[in-house]
Amino acid sequence: MRKLEELEVIKPVKLSIDGVSKTFHEGVVVTHALDNVSLSVDEGEFVCLVGPSGCGKSTLLAMIAGLEFPDQGSIMSDGRMVTEPGRDRMVMFQESALFPWLDVLGNVMFGLKLKPNLTTKECREVARFYIQLVGLDKYARSNIHELSGGMRQRVALARSLAPNPRVLLMDEPFASLDAMTREQLYGDLQEIWAARKKTIVFVTHNVREAACLGDRVVLFSPHPGRVREQFKIDLPRPRDINSPSLASHATEITKALKSHRVTSDEVGE
Amino acid sequence: MKRFFHAVLFFAALVAIWHYGRDYMVGAKKWSPVLVPDPFSVWEYLRSAVEDRTLFEALWVTVKRLLLGYFIGVVLGVPLGLVTARFKWAGDTIGVLGLGLQTLPSVCWVPPALLWFGQTEMAMQFVVIMGTLWSVQISTDNGVRNVPPIYQRAARTMGSRGLHTWVKVNLPASLPFIVSGVKQGWAFAWRSLMAAEIYVTVLTGYGLGFLLNNGRELHAMDQVAGVMLVIVFIGLLADKILFSPWESFIHRRWGTVKS
Repeated sequence: MRKLEELEVIKPVKLSIDGVSKTFHEGVVVTHALDNVSLSVDEGEFVCLVGPSGCGKSTLLAMIAGLEFPDQGSIMSDGRMVTEPGRDRMVMFQESALFPWLDVLGNVMFGLKLKPNLTTKECREVARFYIQLVGLDKYARSNIHELSGGMRQRVALARSLAPNPRVLLMDEPFASLDAMTREQLYGDLQEIWAARKKTIVFVTHNVREAACLGDRVVLFSPHPGRVREQFKIDLPRPRDINSPSLASHATEITKALKSHRVTSDEVGE
Repeated sequence: MKRFFHAVLFFAALVAIWHYGRDYMVGAKKWSPVLVPDPFSVWEYLRSAVEDRTLFEALWVTVKRLLLGYFIGVVLGVPLGLVTARFKWAGDTIGVLGLGLQTLPSVCWVPPALLWFGQTEMAMQFVVIMGTLWSVQISTDNGVRNVPPIYQRAARTMGSRGLHTWVKVNLPASLPFIVSGVKQGWAFAWRSLMAAEIYVTVLTGYGLGFLLNNGRELHAMDQVAGVMLVIVFIGLLADKILFSPWESFIHRRWGTVKS
Protein backbone atom coordinates (compact mmCIF):
# COMPACT_ATOMS: atom_id res chain seq x y z
CA MET A 1 0.00 0.00 0.00
CA ARG A 2 1.56 3.28 -1.01
CA LYS A 3 1.66 6.12 1.43
CA LEU A 4 -1.04 8.67 0.71
CA GLU A 5 0.12 12.24 0.63
CA GLU A 6 -3.36 13.32 1.75
CA LEU A 7 -2.67 11.79 5.13
CA GLU A 8 0.80 13.24 5.60
CA VAL A 9 1.43 16.39 7.56
CA ILE A 10 2.72 18.79 4.93
CA LYS A 11 4.50 22.09 5.27
CA PRO A 12 2.19 25.08 5.65
CA VAL A 13 2.78 28.17 3.50
CA LYS A 14 3.21 31.88 3.91
CA LEU A 15 0.60 34.29 2.60
CA SER A 16 1.41 37.85 1.59
CA ILE A 17 -1.25 40.37 0.84
CA ASP A 18 0.13 43.54 -0.63
CA GLY A 19 -1.75 46.79 -1.12
CA VAL A 20 -5.08 45.17 -1.95
CA SER A 21 -8.07 47.36 -2.83
CA LYS A 22 -11.53 46.27 -3.93
CA THR A 23 -14.65 48.17 -4.84
CA PHE A 24 -18.08 46.67 -5.51
CA HIS A 25 -20.63 48.34 -7.75
CA GLU A 26 -24.23 47.31 -7.23
CA GLY A 27 -26.42 49.54 -9.32
CA VAL A 28 -25.68 53.06 -8.13
CA VAL A 29 -24.34 51.89 -4.76
CA VAL A 30 -20.55 51.77 -4.60
CA THR A 31 -19.01 49.88 -1.70
CA HIS A 32 -15.37 50.40 -0.99
CA ALA A 33 -14.77 46.99 0.57
CA LEU A 34 -11.01 47.12 0.97
CA ASP A 35 -8.59 49.99 0.76
CA ASN A 36 -4.87 49.38 0.42
CA VAL A 37 -4.73 46.40 2.78
CA SER A 38 -1.37 44.75 3.40
CA LEU A 39 -0.95 41.75 5.62
CA SER A 40 1.37 38.85 5.87
CA VAL A 41 0.63 35.49 7.44
CA ASP A 42 3.51 33.24 8.46
CA GLU A 43 3.83 29.54 7.81
CA GLY A 44 1.58 27.68 10.20
CA GLU A 45 0.28 30.84 11.81
CA PHE A 46 -3.30 31.11 13.05
CA VAL A 47 -4.54 34.60 12.21
CA CYS A 48 -7.97 35.91 13.09
CA LEU A 49 -9.52 38.80 11.20
CA VAL A 50 -12.07 40.73 13.25
CA GLY A 51 -14.11 43.80 12.60
CA PRO A 52 -17.68 45.01 12.23
CA SER A 53 -19.70 43.93 9.22
CA GLY A 54 -18.78 45.72 6.05
CA CYS A 55 -15.07 45.90 6.89
CA GLY A 56 -14.16 43.62 4.00
CA LYS A 57 -12.78 40.71 6.03
CA SER A 58 -14.87 38.10 4.22
CA THR A 59 -13.98 39.69 0.88
CA LEU A 60 -10.30 39.40 1.72
CA LEU A 61 -10.81 35.73 2.59
CA ALA A 62 -12.58 35.09 -0.72
CA MET A 63 -9.65 36.73 -2.50
CA ILE A 64 -7.11 34.50 -0.79
CA ALA A 65 -9.32 31.59 -1.85
CA GLY A 66 -9.20 32.85 -5.44
CA LEU A 67 -12.98 33.31 -5.64
CA GLU A 68 -12.69 37.10 -5.94
CA PHE A 69 -9.94 39.25 -7.34
CA PRO A 70 -8.45 42.54 -6.12
CA ASP A 71 -8.82 45.71 -8.20
CA GLN A 72 -5.35 46.68 -7.09
CA GLY A 73 -2.55 44.97 -5.25
CA SER A 74 -1.61 41.33 -5.14
CA ILE A 75 -2.11 38.19 -3.09
CA MET A 76 0.67 35.64 -2.95
CA SER A 77 0.48 32.15 -1.58
CA ASP A 78 3.82 30.39 -1.22
CA GLY A 79 5.40 33.07 -3.42
CA ARG A 80 2.92 32.48 -6.24
CA MET A 81 0.20 34.88 -7.30
CA VAL A 82 -3.33 33.68 -6.53
CA THR A 83 -5.23 33.61 -9.83
CA GLU A 84 -7.85 30.93 -9.21
CA PRO A 85 -9.18 28.64 -6.48
CA GLY A 86 -6.82 25.81 -5.60
CA ARG A 87 -6.80 22.80 -3.37
CA ASP A 88 -3.81 24.22 -1.50
CA ARG A 89 -6.21 26.81 -0.07
CA MET A 90 -9.47 25.31 1.17
CA VAL A 91 -12.41 27.29 2.48
CA MET A 92 -14.80 26.45 5.25
CA PHE A 93 -17.86 28.60 4.72
CA GLN A 94 -20.05 30.71 6.97
CA GLU A 95 -23.29 28.85 6.50
CA SER A 96 -23.33 25.21 5.67
CA ALA A 97 -22.18 24.76 2.11
CA LEU A 98 -22.48 21.00 2.42
CA PHE A 99 -24.23 19.24 -0.45
CA PRO A 100 -27.60 17.83 0.63
CA TRP A 101 -27.67 15.22 -2.16
CA LEU A 102 -24.59 13.47 -0.75
CA ASP A 103 -24.13 11.82 2.62
CA VAL A 104 -21.31 12.72 5.00
CA LEU A 105 -18.80 10.44 3.29
CA GLY A 106 -19.85 11.67 -0.15
CA ASN A 107 -19.36 15.26 0.90
CA VAL A 108 -15.89 14.66 2.28
CA MET A 109 -14.97 12.65 -0.82
CA PHE A 110 -16.14 15.33 -3.25
CA GLY A 111 -12.85 17.22 -3.33
CA LEU A 112 -10.78 14.04 -3.15
CA LYS A 113 -12.41 12.51 -6.21
CA LEU A 114 -11.21 15.52 -8.17
CA LYS A 115 -7.61 14.69 -7.41
CA PRO A 116 -6.23 12.95 -10.47
CA ASN A 117 -4.08 10.24 -8.92
CA LEU A 118 -6.32 8.78 -6.25
CA THR A 119 -8.35 5.60 -6.66
CA THR A 120 -11.87 5.51 -5.28
CA LYS A 121 -10.71 3.16 -2.57
CA GLU A 122 -7.98 5.57 -1.51
CA CYS A 123 -10.45 8.47 -1.57
CA ARG A 124 -12.69 6.57 0.78
CA GLU A 125 -9.82 5.75 3.08
CA VAL A 126 -8.67 9.37 3.24
CA ALA A 127 -12.22 10.61 3.78
CA ARG A 128 -12.72 8.15 6.63
CA PHE A 129 -9.50 9.34 8.24
CA TYR A 130 -10.72 12.95 8.34
CA ILE A 131 -14.24 12.01 9.40
CA GLN A 132 -12.64 10.22 12.30
CA LEU A 133 -10.40 13.22 13.00
CA VAL A 134 -13.46 15.40 13.56
CA GLY A 135 -15.07 12.68 15.66
CA LEU A 136 -17.89 11.62 13.36
CA ASP A 137 -16.89 8.05 12.46
CA LYS A 138 -20.34 6.77 13.42
CA TYR A 139 -22.03 9.22 11.08
CA ALA A 140 -20.16 8.61 7.83
CA ARG A 141 -23.32 7.31 6.16
CA SER A 142 -25.70 9.87 7.65
CA ASN A 143 -27.54 12.43 5.58
CA ILE A 144 -26.69 16.07 6.18
CA HIS A 145 -30.14 17.07 7.41
CA GLU A 146 -29.96 14.43 10.14
CA LEU A 147 -26.98 16.13 11.79
CA SER A 148 -27.00 18.95 14.33
CA GLY A 149 -25.48 22.32 13.46
CA GLY A 150 -22.25 21.51 15.27
CA MET A 151 -21.90 18.16 13.53
CA ARG A 152 -22.50 19.77 10.15
CA GLN A 153 -19.68 22.21 10.75
CA ARG A 154 -17.48 19.28 11.72
CA VAL A 155 -18.29 17.67 8.38
CA ALA A 156 -17.48 20.96 6.67
CA LEU A 157 -14.16 21.01 8.51
CA ALA A 158 -13.39 17.44 7.47
CA ARG A 159 -14.32 18.29 3.87
CA SER A 160 -11.98 21.26 3.76
CA LEU A 161 -9.15 19.32 5.43
CA ALA A 162 -9.47 16.24 3.22
CA PRO A 163 -7.56 17.45 0.12
CA ASN A 164 -4.75 18.31 2.55
CA PRO A 165 -4.51 22.05 1.86
CA ARG A 166 -1.63 24.15 3.09
CA VAL A 167 -3.92 27.00 4.03
CA LEU A 168 -7.30 26.73 5.70
CA LEU A 169 -9.61 29.70 5.25
CA MET A 170 -12.51 29.88 7.67
CA ASP A 171 -15.36 32.35 7.19
CA GLU A 172 -17.25 32.69 10.49
CA PRO A 173 -17.65 28.94 10.65
CA PHE A 174 -19.14 28.82 14.14
CA ALA A 175 -21.38 31.90 13.93
CA SER A 176 -24.66 29.99 13.88
CA LEU A 177 -23.84 27.52 16.66
CA ASP A 178 -24.83 27.62 20.31
CA ALA A 179 -22.20 28.52 22.92
CA MET A 180 -21.70 24.99 24.26
CA THR A 181 -21.09 23.49 20.82
CA ARG A 182 -18.80 26.36 19.91
CA GLU A 183 -16.64 25.88 22.98
CA GLN A 184 -16.15 22.25 22.15
CA LEU A 185 -15.22 23.09 18.57
CA TYR A 186 -12.66 25.68 19.75
CA GLY A 187 -10.88 22.90 21.58
CA ASP A 188 -11.11 20.49 18.64
CA LEU A 189 -9.95 23.05 16.12
CA GLN A 190 -6.88 23.92 18.19
CA GLU A 191 -6.07 20.25 18.49
CA ILE A 192 -6.46 19.61 14.76
CA TRP A 193 -4.44 22.72 13.95
CA ALA A 194 -1.61 21.46 16.17
CA ALA A 195 -1.76 18.01 14.61
CA ARG A 196 -2.12 19.00 10.94
CA LYS A 197 0.04 22.19 10.96
CA LYS A 198 -1.99 24.44 8.68
CA THR A 199 -1.77 28.15 8.07
CA ILE A 200 -5.22 29.34 9.15
CA VAL A 201 -6.99 32.58 8.35
CA PHE A 202 -10.12 32.79 10.44
CA VAL A 203 -12.75 35.50 9.94
CA THR A 204 -15.08 36.33 12.82
CA HIS A 205 -16.90 39.22 14.44
CA ASN A 206 -16.59 37.60 17.84
CA VAL A 207 -13.62 39.18 19.61
CA ARG A 208 -13.37 36.55 22.32
CA GLU A 209 -13.38 33.78 19.73
CA ALA A 210 -10.57 35.55 17.89
CA ALA A 211 -8.50 35.92 21.07
CA CYS A 212 -9.07 32.28 21.93
CA LEU A 213 -7.99 30.87 18.57
CA GLY A 214 -5.51 33.29 17.03
CA ASP A 215 -1.77 33.69 17.38
CA ARG A 216 -2.52 37.12 16.09
CA VAL A 217 -5.73 39.13 15.84
CA VAL A 218 -6.01 41.64 13.02
CA LEU A 219 -8.58 44.36 13.60
CA PHE A 220 -10.34 45.82 10.56
CA SER A 221 -12.36 49.02 10.36
CA PRO A 222 -15.11 49.55 7.82
CA HIS A 223 -15.96 52.05 5.04
CA PRO A 224 -13.44 51.58 3.53
CA GLY A 225 -12.08 48.31 4.89
CA ARG A 226 -8.65 48.86 6.39
CA VAL A 227 -6.33 47.13 8.82
CA ARG A 228 -6.49 49.21 12.01
CA GLU A 229 -4.47 47.40 14.60
CA GLN A 230 -2.89 44.03 15.27
CA PHE A 231 -2.69 42.15 18.54
CA LYS A 232 -0.30 39.36 19.34
CA ILE A 233 -1.88 36.75 21.61
CA ASP A 234 0.88 34.78 23.30
CA LEU A 235 -1.13 32.66 25.68
CA PRO A 236 -0.25 28.97 26.07
CA ARG A 237 -2.36 26.41 24.18
CA PRO A 238 -4.81 24.83 24.31
CA ARG A 239 -6.68 27.89 25.41
CA ASP A 240 -9.94 27.99 27.24
CA ILE A 241 -12.40 30.62 26.08
CA ASN A 242 -13.40 31.30 29.68
CA SER A 243 -9.94 31.94 31.11
CA PRO A 244 -9.41 35.40 32.72
CA SER A 245 -6.13 36.11 30.92
CA LEU A 246 -7.88 35.54 27.61
CA ALA A 247 -10.68 37.84 28.73
CA SER A 248 -8.21 40.67 29.33
CA HIS A 249 -6.87 40.33 25.79
CA ALA A 250 -10.41 40.35 24.47
CA THR A 251 -11.24 43.46 26.47
CA GLU A 252 -8.24 45.23 25.00
CA ILE A 253 -9.32 44.37 21.46
CA THR A 254 -12.93 45.35 22.14
CA LYS A 255 -11.75 48.70 23.47
CA ALA A 256 -9.76 49.30 20.30
CA LEU A 257 -12.75 48.23 18.19
CA LYS A 258 -15.00 50.73 19.98
CA SER A 259 -12.53 53.61 19.75
CA HIS A 260 -12.32 53.18 16.00
CA ARG A 261 -16.05 53.21 15.73
CA VAL A 262 -16.14 56.50 17.65
CA THR A 263 -13.52 58.07 15.41
CA SER A 264 -15.35 57.02 12.29
CA ASP A 265 -18.59 58.42 13.78
CA GLU A 266 -16.82 61.71 14.37
CA VAL A 267 -15.78 62.07 10.76
CA GLY A 268 -19.43 61.72 9.82
CA GLU A 269 -19.47 58.05 8.88
CA MET B 1 -51.07 -2.42 7.74
CA LYS B 2 -53.51 0.00 9.28
CA ARG B 3 -53.19 2.29 6.25
CA PHE B 4 -53.85 -0.61 3.91
CA PHE B 5 -56.93 -1.49 5.94
CA HIS B 6 -58.20 2.10 5.67
CA ALA B 7 -57.74 2.06 1.90
CA VAL B 8 -59.54 -1.29 1.50
CA LEU B 9 -62.42 -0.16 3.69
CA PHE B 10 -62.76 3.11 1.78
CA PHE B 11 -62.86 1.53 -1.67
CA ALA B 12 -65.19 -1.26 -0.55
CA ALA B 13 -67.57 1.38 0.78
CA LEU B 14 -67.31 3.28 -2.50
CA VAL B 15 -68.24 0.19 -4.52
CA ALA B 16 -71.10 -0.60 -2.13
CA ILE B 17 -72.54 2.91 -2.46
CA TRP B 18 -72.19 2.67 -6.23
CA HIS B 19 -73.96 -0.72 -6.33
CA TYR B 20 -76.84 -0.02 -3.93
CA GLY B 21 -77.23 3.62 -4.92
CA ARG B 22 -77.53 2.61 -8.55
CA ASP B 23 -80.04 -0.15 -7.67
CA TYR B 24 -82.18 2.34 -5.83
CA MET B 25 -82.07 5.04 -8.53
CA VAL B 26 -82.74 2.56 -11.34
CA GLY B 27 -85.59 0.99 -9.31
CA ALA B 28 -87.11 4.44 -8.82
CA LYS B 29 -86.81 4.94 -12.58
CA LYS B 30 -84.63 8.03 -12.17
CA TRP B 31 -81.52 6.61 -13.85
CA SER B 32 -81.34 4.58 -17.02
CA PRO B 33 -79.83 1.13 -16.34
CA VAL B 34 -77.90 1.43 -19.61
CA LEU B 35 -76.22 4.74 -18.82
CA VAL B 36 -75.24 3.86 -15.26
CA PRO B 37 -73.69 0.38 -15.18
CA ASP B 38 -73.47 -1.76 -12.11
CA PRO B 39 -69.94 -2.25 -10.68
CA PHE B 40 -70.25 -5.97 -11.34
CA SER B 41 -71.02 -5.50 -15.02
CA VAL B 42 -67.97 -3.22 -15.27
CA TRP B 43 -65.96 -5.99 -13.65
CA GLU B 44 -67.48 -8.46 -16.09
CA TYR B 45 -66.42 -6.26 -19.02
CA LEU B 46 -62.87 -5.97 -17.70
CA ARG B 47 -62.67 -9.74 -17.23
CA SER B 48 -63.85 -10.46 -20.77
CA ALA B 49 -61.58 -7.76 -22.23
CA VAL B 50 -58.64 -9.35 -20.46
CA GLU B 51 -59.70 -12.74 -21.75
CA ASP B 52 -59.98 -11.74 -25.41
CA ARG B 53 -56.80 -9.65 -25.01
CA THR B 54 -58.33 -6.39 -26.32
CA LEU B 55 -57.49 -4.64 -23.08
CA PHE B 56 -53.86 -5.77 -23.05
CA GLU B 57 -53.38 -4.79 -26.66
CA ALA B 58 -54.84 -1.33 -26.10
CA LEU B 59 -52.83 -0.95 -22.92
CA TRP B 60 -49.62 -1.91 -24.67
CA VAL B 61 -50.24 0.50 -27.56
CA THR B 62 -50.93 3.39 -25.18
CA VAL B 63 -48.12 2.68 -22.74
CA LYS B 64 -45.62 2.31 -25.57
CA ARG B 65 -46.60 5.66 -27.06
CA LEU B 66 -46.49 7.28 -23.71
CA LEU B 67 -43.20 5.91 -22.44
CA LEU B 68 -41.35 6.47 -25.68
CA GLY B 69 -42.60 10.01 -26.13
CA TYR B 70 -42.11 10.78 -22.48
CA PHE B 71 -38.59 9.40 -22.48
CA ILE B 72 -37.64 11.51 -25.51
CA GLY B 73 -39.23 14.57 -23.89
CA VAL B 74 -37.21 14.15 -20.68
CA VAL B 75 -33.96 13.34 -22.49
CA LEU B 76 -34.33 16.52 -24.56
CA GLY B 77 -35.86 18.67 -21.85
CA VAL B 78 -33.26 18.30 -19.08
CA PRO B 79 -30.21 19.28 -21.18
CA LEU B 80 -32.23 22.04 -22.81
CA GLY B 81 -33.10 23.40 -19.36
CA LEU B 82 -29.44 23.30 -18.35
CA VAL B 83 -28.50 25.20 -21.50
CA THR B 84 -31.19 27.88 -21.07
CA ALA B 85 -30.11 28.39 -17.46
CA ARG B 86 -26.41 28.52 -18.30
CA PHE B 87 -26.33 30.74 -21.39
CA LYS B 88 -28.10 34.04 -21.38
CA TRP B 89 -28.63 33.98 -25.14
CA ALA B 90 -30.30 30.57 -24.86
CA GLY B 91 -32.54 31.77 -22.04
CA ASP B 92 -33.55 34.80 -24.09
CA THR B 93 -34.43 32.66 -27.10
CA ILE B 94 -35.24 29.02 -26.35
CA GLY B 95 -36.27 29.92 -22.80
CA VAL B 96 -38.90 32.39 -23.99
CA LEU B 97 -40.08 29.98 -26.67
CA GLY B 98 -40.41 27.22 -24.06
CA LEU B 99 -42.37 29.44 -21.71
CA GLY B 100 -44.74 30.33 -24.54
CA LEU B 101 -45.22 26.79 -25.74
CA GLN B 102 -45.73 25.47 -22.23
CA THR B 103 -48.81 27.65 -21.82
CA LEU B 104 -50.24 26.12 -24.98
CA PRO B 105 -52.49 23.19 -23.98
CA SER B 106 -50.69 20.23 -25.47
CA VAL B 107 -53.85 18.85 -27.10
CA CYS B 108 -53.52 21.84 -29.44
CA TRP B 109 -50.61 19.96 -31.01
CA VAL B 110 -52.96 17.25 -32.29
CA PRO B 111 -54.19 19.06 -35.42
CA PRO B 112 -50.73 20.10 -36.67
CA ALA B 113 -49.31 16.67 -35.80
CA LEU B 114 -52.01 15.00 -37.89
CA LEU B 115 -51.34 17.30 -40.82
CA TRP B 116 -47.59 16.78 -40.64
CA PHE B 117 -47.37 13.11 -39.85
CA GLY B 118 -50.78 11.76 -40.84
CA GLN B 119 -52.66 9.25 -38.71
CA THR B 120 -49.48 7.57 -37.53
CA GLU B 121 -47.61 6.64 -34.37
CA MET B 122 -45.32 9.55 -35.10
CA ALA B 123 -48.18 12.01 -34.67
CA MET B 124 -49.11 10.50 -31.30
CA GLN B 125 -45.53 10.59 -30.12
CA PHE B 126 -45.10 14.15 -31.25
CA VAL B 127 -48.04 15.24 -29.10
CA VAL B 128 -46.61 13.46 -26.06
CA ILE B 129 -43.15 14.96 -26.62
CA MET B 130 -44.49 18.48 -26.93
CA GLY B 131 -46.50 17.99 -23.75
CA THR B 132 -43.46 16.81 -21.78
CA LEU B 133 -40.55 18.71 -23.22
CA TRP B 134 -41.32 22.27 -22.17
CA SER B 135 -42.43 21.63 -18.64
CA VAL B 136 -39.28 19.56 -18.07
CA GLN B 137 -37.14 22.27 -19.66
CA ILE B 138 -38.72 25.03 -17.57
CA SER B 139 -38.43 23.18 -14.27
CA THR B 140 -34.79 22.24 -14.95
CA ASP B 141 -34.00 25.83 -15.85
CA ASN B 142 -35.80 27.01 -12.73
CA GLY B 143 -34.04 24.43 -10.58
CA VAL B 144 -30.59 25.46 -11.75
CA ARG B 145 -31.35 29.13 -11.15
CA ASN B 146 -32.33 28.25 -7.59
CA VAL B 147 -29.10 26.46 -6.72
CA PRO B 148 -27.52 28.41 -3.84
CA PRO B 149 -24.38 30.12 -5.22
CA ILE B 150 -22.46 28.89 -2.17
CA TYR B 151 -22.58 25.33 -3.56
CA GLN B 152 -20.83 26.46 -6.71
CA ARG B 153 -18.27 28.46 -4.74
CA ALA B 154 -17.57 25.51 -2.47
CA ALA B 155 -17.22 23.19 -5.47
CA ARG B 156 -14.79 25.59 -7.14
CA THR B 157 -12.51 25.69 -4.11
CA MET B 158 -12.44 21.89 -4.23
CA GLY B 159 -11.25 21.97 -7.82
CA SER B 160 -14.52 21.51 -9.68
CA ARG B 161 -14.77 23.40 -12.97
CA GLY B 162 -17.01 23.69 -16.01
CA LEU B 163 -18.80 20.51 -16.98
CA HIS B 164 -17.93 18.79 -13.71
CA THR B 165 -19.69 21.54 -11.75
CA TRP B 166 -22.72 21.18 -14.00
CA VAL B 167 -23.02 17.45 -13.75
CA LYS B 168 -21.95 16.98 -10.13
CA VAL B 169 -23.30 20.13 -8.48
CA ASN B 170 -25.93 22.02 -10.45
CA LEU B 171 -27.76 18.97 -11.71
CA PRO B 172 -28.14 17.13 -8.39
CA ALA B 173 -28.77 20.40 -6.52
CA SER B 174 -31.76 21.08 -8.76
CA LEU B 175 -33.09 17.53 -8.51
CA PRO B 176 -36.13 18.47 -6.39
CA PHE B 177 -37.20 20.93 -9.08
CA ILE B 178 -36.45 18.53 -11.91
CA VAL B 179 -38.46 15.70 -10.39
CA SER B 180 -41.49 17.88 -9.89
CA GLY B 181 -41.14 19.16 -13.46
CA VAL B 182 -40.81 15.65 -14.84
CA LYS B 183 -43.91 14.69 -12.91
CA GLN B 184 -45.81 17.62 -14.31
CA GLY B 185 -44.55 16.69 -17.76
CA TRP B 186 -45.91 13.21 -17.24
CA ALA B 187 -49.32 14.61 -16.34
CA PHE B 188 -49.36 16.77 -19.48
CA ALA B 189 -48.23 13.91 -21.69
CA TRP B 190 -50.81 11.53 -20.28
CA ARG B 191 -53.67 13.99 -20.71
CA SER B 192 -52.70 15.00 -24.21
CA LEU B 193 -52.26 11.41 -25.32
CA MET B 194 -55.72 10.45 -24.04
CA ALA B 195 -57.22 13.44 -25.81
CA ALA B 196 -55.42 12.53 -29.02
CA GLU B 197 -56.48 8.89 -28.86
CA ILE B 198 -60.13 9.80 -28.32
CA TYR B 199 -59.99 12.46 -30.98
CA VAL B 200 -58.37 10.45 -33.79
CA THR B 201 -58.27 6.82 -34.76
CA VAL B 202 -54.77 5.80 -35.66
CA LEU B 203 -54.81 2.66 -37.71
CA THR B 204 -51.41 1.45 -36.55
CA GLY B 205 -52.67 0.80 -33.05
CA TYR B 206 -55.82 1.04 -30.96
CA GLY B 207 -55.05 2.55 -27.61
CA LEU B 208 -57.06 2.99 -24.42
CA GLY B 209 -58.51 6.26 -25.69
CA PHE B 210 -59.82 4.47 -28.74
CA LEU B 211 -61.36 1.78 -26.57
CA LEU B 212 -63.05 4.43 -24.45
CA ASN B 213 -64.48 6.21 -27.47
CA ASN B 214 -65.45 2.87 -28.95
CA GLY B 215 -67.47 2.21 -25.79
CA ARG B 216 -69.34 5.45 -26.34
CA GLU B 217 -70.13 4.53 -29.93
CA LEU B 218 -71.48 1.15 -28.84
CA HIS B 219 -73.42 2.72 -25.99
CA ALA B 220 -71.53 0.29 -23.77
CA MET B 221 -71.26 2.23 -20.56
CA ASP B 222 -69.65 -0.72 -18.78
CA GLN B 223 -66.79 -0.51 -21.28
CA VAL B 224 -66.46 3.25 -20.83
CA ALA B 225 -66.35 2.95 -17.06
CA GLY B 226 -64.00 -0.05 -17.22
CA VAL B 227 -61.50 1.73 -19.47
CA MET B 228 -61.67 4.82 -17.27
CA LEU B 229 -60.76 2.67 -14.29
CA VAL B 230 -57.81 1.25 -16.19
CA ILE B 231 -56.66 4.77 -17.07
CA VAL B 232 -56.80 5.79 -13.41
CA PHE B 233 -54.90 2.66 -12.48
CA ILE B 234 -52.13 3.40 -15.00
CA GLY B 235 -51.78 6.90 -13.57
CA LEU B 236 -51.39 5.52 -10.05
CA LEU B 237 -48.94 2.89 -11.19
CA ALA B 238 -46.81 5.43 -13.05
CA ASP B 239 -46.64 7.55 -9.95
CA LYS B 240 -45.53 4.62 -7.82
CA ILE B 241 -43.00 3.22 -10.28
CA LEU B 242 -41.60 6.31 -11.97
CA PHE B 243 -41.70 9.01 -9.32
CA SER B 244 -41.94 7.52 -5.86
CA PRO B 245 -38.32 6.26 -5.88
CA TRP B 246 -37.01 9.72 -6.76
CA GLU B 247 -39.28 11.45 -4.33
CA SER B 248 -38.26 9.21 -1.48
CA PHE B 249 -34.59 9.71 -2.38
CA ILE B 250 -35.10 13.47 -2.18
CA HIS B 251 -37.08 13.09 1.00
CA ARG B 252 -34.35 10.98 2.58
CA ARG B 253 -31.43 13.16 1.53
CA TRP B 254 -32.86 16.63 1.82
CA GLY B 255 -35.05 15.82 4.81
CA THR B 256 -38.08 17.43 3.22
CA VAL B 257 -41.63 16.36 3.94
CA LYS B 258 -42.77 13.64 1.58
CA SER B 259 -45.92 14.56 -0.26
